[in-house]
Amino acid sequence: MSTTVSANPSDARTGLTLALPALMLFTGVVVIPLAMTVLLSFHDWGQYKGIEPVFILKNWIEIVSDPYYAEMFWRTFRVAVLATLITAVFGVPEAYILNRMQGPWKGLFLLIIIGPLLISVVARTLGWALLFGGNNGLVNKLLMTSGLIASPLRFMFTETGMVIALAHAMMPFMVLAVWTALQRLDPQVENAALSLGAGSFTVIRRIVLPQIMPGVLSGAIIVFSLSASAFATPAIIGGRRLKVAATLAYDEFLNTLNWPLGAAVAVLLLIALVLIVVGSNALIERRYQEMFR
Amino acid sequence: MSRNGPAALVFHTLFVVFMVAPIVVVCWVAFTPEGFLSIPTTNFSLRWFKALANYPEFVHAFAVSLWLGALSSCVALLFAVPAALALSRYQFRGRDALSALFLSPLMIPHVVLGIAFLRFFTSAGIGGTFLALVIAHVVVVFPFALRLTLAAATGMDRSVEMAAISLGADGWTMFRRVTLPAILPGIVSGWMLAFIQSFDDLTMTIFLATPGTETLPVRMFLYIQDNIDPLVTSVSASVIAITMTVLILLDRCYGLDRVLTAKGGDAGR
Amino acid sequence: MSLLELDRVGKSFGPNTAVEEFSLAVTKGEFISFLGPSGCGKTTTLQMIAGFLDPSHGTIRLEGKDLVAMPPAKRGLGIVFQSYALFPHMTAAENVAFGLEMRKVPRDERDERVRKALALVGLAGYEGRHPRRMSGGQQQRVALARALVIRPSVLLLDEPLSNLDARLREDMQIELRQIQRNLGTTTILVTHDQIEAMSLSDRIVVMSKGKIEQIGTPQQVYEQPASAFVAQFLGKTNEFAAEVERTAGLARLVAGSWSAPAPAGATGTVTISVRPERISFGSSGLAGRITSRIFQGNHWLFQCDTECGPAIVIRQNDGQPQPDQGETVHLIWQDSDMSLRASVAA
Ligand SMILES: Nc1ncnc2c1ncn2[C@@H]1O[C@H](COP(=O)(O)OP(=O)(O)OP(=O)(O)O)[C@@H](O)[C@H]1O
Ligand SMILES: [Mg+2]
Repeated sequence: MSTTVSANPSDARTGLTLALPALMLFTGVVVIPLAMTVLLSFHDWGQYKGIEPVFILKNWIEIVSDPYYAEMFWRTFRVAVLATLITAVFGVPEAYILNRMQGPWKGLFLLIIIGPLLISVVARTLGWALLFGGNNGLVNKLLMTSGLIASPLRFMFTETGMVIALAHAMMPFMVLAVWTALQRLDPQVENAALSLGAGSFTVIRRIVLPQIMPGVLSGAIIVFSLSASAFATPAIIGGRRLKVAATLAYDEFLNTLNWPLGAAVAVLLLIALVLIVVGSNALIERRYQEMFR
Repeated sequence: MSRNGPAALVFHTLFVVFMVAPIVVVCWVAFTPEGFLSIPTTNFSLRWFKALANYPEFVHAFAVSLWLGALSSCVALLFAVPAALALSRYQFRGRDALSALFLSPLMIPHVVLGIAFLRFFTSAGIGGTFLALVIAHVVVVFPFALRLTLAAATGMDRSVEMAAISLGADGWTMFRRVTLPAILPGIVSGWMLAFIQSFDDLTMTIFLATPGTETLPVRMFLYIQDNIDPLVTSVSASVIAITMTVLILLDRCYGLDRVLTAKGGDAGR
Repeated sequence: MSLLELDRVGKSFGPNTAVEEFSLAVTKGEFISFLGPSGCGKTTTLQMIAGFLDPSHGTIRLEGKDLVAMPPAKRGLGIVFQSYALFPHMTAAENVAFGLEMRKVPRDERDERVRKALALVGLAGYEGRHPRRMSGGQQQRVALARALVIRPSVLLLDEPLSNLDARLREDMQIELRQIQRNLGTTTILVTHDQIEAMSLSDRIVVMSKGKIEQIGTPQQVYEQPASAFVAQFLGKTNEFAAEVERTAGLARLVAGSWSAPAPAGATGTVTISVRPERISFGSSGLAGRITSRIFQGNHWLFQCDTECGPAIVIRQNDGQPQPDQGETVHLIWQDSDMSLRASVAA
């Protein structure tokens, strides 16, 4: 048993002193800029007059009332949900299979599957652009020669392409989350169920799945929030016309130069995500209180 | 792999193909001898890698990315190591709030961070400078540096530090001679992970980069926006090769799954 | 004069009290054990002496000087941790040398003292080994050498032997005692193993729930336990409720069909406590029946159902015939073998 040096006033002071540099950094370069951005979203902007430091609701009213923005946020949400579903449907079984592998195979395939996480997202999306590439992209060729489709499908500049590329980009997060949950599982429990006469499918459905559900859900939250705020993949696969929240904010900032409106889009995205993530975390925690103790 | 049935193995194979396909395709196309995008089957050439020398903007962007990654990871660790010691060693009010604040760059969409930094640095009069990029990257990679250091510091046997103190060591000597060697693997892998995150970041950097300070991902992204040709595939292939090297190093000395799941639940982006 | 003095020391963690009113005076050269069940506050007390925890109440003095104000690095105490806490990246010699380095002992003297310390614990020749490549017992010895080499005024040991297997633990106990005798280092040992405490210590501090139950020599705490807790914690014991009956001015102590002259001053209901090895079978005495008889090599273990509740009896295996299971017996013991306590209401 190790006893920690704690509840000791001088310790608290040392602790705070050690954390102070980082705290100052974060206050100066995270908290203040974010506050400035929120403020910026209430400023006025005109083609010729630039940014006017006033306090008006113009940008917010525009975002809320103009169906153009509603469509964009709705697409962001739809694409993120679909990508999340795909990662769950394929990532969960894969994590399970991975976990049942032995020795060196396990490590090798884990590296192959979660490694892409660290590979430049531009390079990965470029790969999808090459695979999709117009009518004679590799994917279409493959699908047609295998006889699954008669005429080429459109992937580039479509939501389908966006969802596939996003699912690929986010898959490692789901596999990792489920993998971590599986690691905590007692392998003897599965054997116990088998010894009681359960088939392997029943074991998965009744024993394994309920136990790893918190892992799946927390993976889903990560995938959803990252998909909804993704920029590179929608920008490259979706092109200039099929915009999502992140690419919209980018355009407002660097092309239209309407910073206040761009700031409003970004702040709305941030608020929506925080609400969704915090809300679903709370729900999951309540549902699985037992397991989190 | 005897415990998985044949159906599971088929699924697994398809899954792995799905995961590696885009990466393999990029690297493959990079070796085309043609002047256009094609998948070489018989002839492989280094033509497009050699061509990189004629595009100084890529070489320059690469240098910027390397410097930026190395510098911001080091600076991030200078802040993260004391912070990790504070969070793992001491109980004080607001400790949980502090750790939430330090990990917040993982939660905040990078578009939002990019916009906030752009607004802030422009107002501060250092918009578009390399310094601004370094500060922004320090913040973004900080959670990764912190988490791995924190995991190492938390996992360390505290009585070893007490032993040093009982033998007469002061706080600094204890840190230098006992704590630092013990958490060094965590610090090194924290640095590597931070470097990769900085080296790969596009979404936030694109708001801050100006022609002189464009990083490699920014340059690649802007290039792809105009047209996709074999040149950008050879750039990508080089980037992939570099990342894979760091990745395998990281896996060898620390275990990739441990690096990516180190304390805190959600992994990097 | 005592070397180390704890005066009504207490420690609370928020609302929880870990140690209360702990007073103890340790004389130079003494070997003291803190003995008690898990969570009774042994480590907390030791950590307060070491300086890793600040007491909430009370004072601790070393050679008359107040220790509480002194940082742990300046106290000059030798500490051996339960996990050994060796520096994993240093060799055995480097580990042992660390404390001397901190004291700026010149190189030649340092090397000499390290060599001697390692030889003292029987590790001559292991100077260049890293802890990872040593067995538990060897690591334990390095930790001991590291604590001793700084010539501490007091040596503090927190369950140093609990990670070792039974055989090794016995060897280390003997060795520890020898080293301590030779060097004369004042030592405080934390343990929850009563045998270890009894075989090593000059005095034992028996603790329970943060409080001292009894301080005394091993014989004292074993034979004259101050409380039911001490009696039970230090080996098996039998307890019978007895009445003091006065007939014609003669006070007799009565428990069932057993009786003996009552000691002066005893009144009302008392608790008799007798060690199982001090009970024998006689023709009259506390009546009971043997419920089980277990052969344990050098002795027999009997479980009996007596008039005053269950009892255990241990008899040497001296070749004499022993009663069988189910047999009716009478339990007897010498007056000097029992200790009496006024029964607490319950
Ligand atoms: N840092 C702490 N914060 C809160 N409570 C603590 C702390 N350290 C110890 N305690 C509590 O104080 C009591 C005494 O703990 P201590 O470690 O002294 O026990 P111990 O006698 O050494 O037990 P063991 O034999 O298991 O080591 C326990 O109830 C424990 O839960
Ligand atoms: Mg203890």
